Amino acid sequence: MNLEIVLFVVFALVSAASSILMITRKNMVISALFMILNFAGLAGLYLTLNAQFIAVAQVIVYAGAIMVLFLFVIMLLKTDYEQKISVTKSKIKLFSIIIAAIIFLQIVYIILFSSSAAAKSSEISQSINAGTIEQIGNLLFTKYILPFEAAGYLLLAATIGAIILAKKKID
Amino acid sequence: MNLPIEYYLILSAFLFIVGVIGVLIKRNAIMVFMCIELMLNAVNLSLVTFSSYLGNSIGQLLVFFVMTVAAAEAAVGLAIIIAIFRNKVSVNIDEINILKW
Repeated sequence: MNLEIVLFVVFALVSAASSILMITRKNMVISALFMILNFAGLAGLYLTLNAQFIAVAQVIVYAGAIMVLFLFVIMLLKTDYEQKISVTKSKIKLFSIIIAAIIFLQIVYIILFSSSAAAKSSEISQSINAGTIEQIGNLLFTKYILPFEAAGYLLLAATIGAIILAKKKID
Repeated sequence: MNLPIEYYLILSAFLFIVGVIGVLIKRNAIMVFMCIELMLNAVNLSLVTFSSYLGNSIGQLLVFFVMTVAAAEAAVGLAIIIAIFRNKVSVNIDEINILKW
């Protein structure tokens, strides 16, 4: 029980701090690296929630594939020029932070003062099996086979679209 | 699973709001994309939390599909950014306003 709290605090602090550092850095490569740290912290949180498959997929898909794509694009484009444009008007910055803080307080109020007792399951033993690869694969290949196939076609369309868009000449 | 569910949900809300602030204050299209990924991850965290606390796998299936869509979105979006950069030599979203009337 104590270990659970310690693990939650460590992973939550890592992901929260790295997300804040990510949006405050001027250099985009450094903020991309902080985002990878954020994804790693979230993968740890998924492990504490007994979601093993999602944790592994998070590391492979997000921290591996998507962030490599981002880093390639950052390094292909001229980053020294981009550092200047992140300077925005401080009035807009202050206003957007205030608006976001108000929305955050609203969400926290809803979370804390809604009836959270209904969200707690009586069958805890069921939740340990909910995140295994066996359980997810079972659902994915029987009841949810159609969305799975659709996701495959979506990825194919995205691949073809990305190649056509990034080609040198569009006819 | 002795922790209250509120801890995870408040962390998820915090990450989402950080993503919102990033989208609002950043003027670089790639940074805006990365903040959108951050918001998708925050929603994924709350989906996994509910899935785990309710003992139901369908929330984690939804996270799987969110990851698929995020990968497709990142590939196409970055290709669009490269195509725009080739035309305008800029990724500043204030300068990309051809569709604005």
